[in-house]
Amino acid sequence: MEKVLMKGNEAIAEAAIQAGCKYFFGYPITPQNEIPAYMAKKLPKIDGGVFLQAESEVSAINMVYGAAGAGARVMTSSSSPGISLKQEGISYIAGAALPCVIVNIVRGGPGLGGIQPAQSDYFQSVKGGGHGDYHLIVYAPSTLQEMVSLTMEAFDIADLYRNPVMVLGDGMLGQMMEPVSFEKPPARELPEKDWSTTGCDGSRKPNVINSLYIDPEELEIEVNKTYKKYEVIKENETRYETYNCEDADIIVAAYGTTARIVKSVIDMAKEKGVKVGLIRPITIWPFPYAPVEAYADKDHVKAFLTVEMSMGQMVEDIRLGVKNKKPVHFYGRTGGMVPTPDDILSEILKIVEEA
Amino acid sequence: MMKVVFDKPKALSDTPFHYCPGCTHGIIHRLVAEAMDELNIKDKAIGVAPVGCSVFAYKYFNCDMHEAAHGRAPAVATGIKRVLPDNIVFTYQGDGDLASIGTAEIVHAAARNENITVIFVNNAIYGMTGGQMAPTTLIGQKTTTSPYGRDPKMTGLPIKMSEMLATLDSTYYIERVSVHDVKHIKQAKKAIKKAFENQVENKGFSLVEVLSTCPTNWGLSPAESLDWVKDSMIPVYPLGVMKDSDE
Repeated sequence: MEKVLMKGNEAIAEAAIQAGCKYFFGYPITPQNEIPAYMAKKLPKIDGGVFLQAESEVSAINMVYGAAGAGARVMTSSSSPGISLKQEGISYIAGAALPCVIVNIVRGGPGLGGIQPAQSDYFQSVKGGGHGDYHLIVYAPSTLQEMVSLTMEAFDIADLYRNPVMVLGDGMLGQMMEPVSFEKPPARELPEKDWSTTGCDGSRKPNVINSLYIDPEELEIEVNKTYKKYEVIKENETRYETYNCEDADIIVAAYGTTARIVKSVIDMAKEKGVKVGLIRPITIWPFPYAPVEAYADKDHVKAFLTVEMSMGQMVEDIRLGVKNKKPVHFYGRTGGMVPTPDDILSEILKIVEEA
Repeated sequence: MMKVVFDKPKALSDTPFHYCPGCTHGIIHRLVAEAMDELNIKDKAIGVAPVGCSVFAYKYFNCDMHEAAHGRAPAVATGIKRVLPDNIVFTYQGDGDLASIGTAEIVHAAARNENITVIFVNNAIYGMTGGQMAPTTLIGQKTTTSPYGRDPKMTGLPIKMSEMLATLDSTYYIERVSVHDVKHIKQAKKAIKKAFENQVENKGFSLVEVLSTCPTNWGLSPAESLDWVKDSMIPVYPLGVMKDSDE
């Protein structure tokens, strides 16, 4: 298939359009502005397509909530402080079990933070973010090609499970350029959206989109139903990649941008006589605990190292997977600082020395 | 056979209202439903329910309904209307919802001239949460969070949403009505119907502010409450058309 050189943010936008997204509601924030700009240019040229710049992130996500309820394929994108503002609406969308795609091109925080790439929104993305018991399905691509394929996939997954899906990138992936092709993922059989509010047209009973259950027993039943759905998602949609893990002394866990950097470190370590493997979660919710534990059980694995552009967020999930069977180390840069291969290599060598 | 002279509108479901005795939400619901019946739009209507006393509007209107977070109904309605421009989309919001937490959403939906219909129920107090001060609470009015009477030096003056929204060039139709007596109920019906007709005719953003009662939180009897609307609220919130682009 033909490859095109594109900027990460634009590749996401094009992938969404090719996946059938006709509606985009957003609010500007750096470093994801190329997404709404691309949508503003392209969507009005599509029959029925709508790009709308909302007055705030809060409004944008609530427009998504309405459009998703009306049965549309709809997307919004933002960056960290903007995603914080969207959390109210994300909780309602999850509560009402509506499909939509939310892109977060993460920058450093907390607060206004900075505009450089970070991974410090991990907790917010996978441990809740908004109020209540719920999960997003969260994809963490590490190349632009993967940003394309996972964005396309995200729309199907959202429709299949009636669940909001987040594509979690960072400022590095959003701003860099790589050749990408727009091959569609294998088609999935998707359910009819017979729950949507499209006007009942005299042919059916009115539909109600809602997340309010005043009776606590009813609410508990609803939340339990959602958690049963999550078990199916964990079973079927957990994705990860391993690289050079078969005889590794040290297994490095990293996702997104840091995983790319770790891949170059593996060759550098080999020259120093250290066998390093990489485990890269592609879905960070559901999290691939099982393969992490399987490697923790291997005799050749001496230790784990988690590398993140945060103060240590995913490391907690790695520890849950390792179950104290092997030491888990952490190396992180934060505030928009990107670790260099040399930084990571010296951490690995330190661990080898200590062991 | 006897002729039916009064019946429940088709656009209302059989679910009994939960509203307090003397609250005029019931009347306003009925007016909205009658307007939908008369314009024959129930089957293509999508209502957006608010947070607050009318949170259960989704149980009462016999059409597709979408619940929204506090204040966000105009944004949710925008999302629905942009996907389904041929459907009839309305929001039903109280004063805490529309004039406080959702001020940005209503101002910008109006500024975009979204072709939606907004029913704005103003009873000058937060009802559902137990009678706290609203942006529409009158000067000197006692609420649980203004127990000595609303002091404008501390909390500013009541916001006149209809007047404010009418200053936007883009809004199509804004009218304030009341439901404190039969004559005014009839006028309110006319305004609500017009607000829906405007949408059918693709004219644009229409809002009807309806002055309503809250006997429970005002600490007045239902009859006294109707008088309070007439004697205390209408002087602050004068009735009438604030803007009609047809004229």
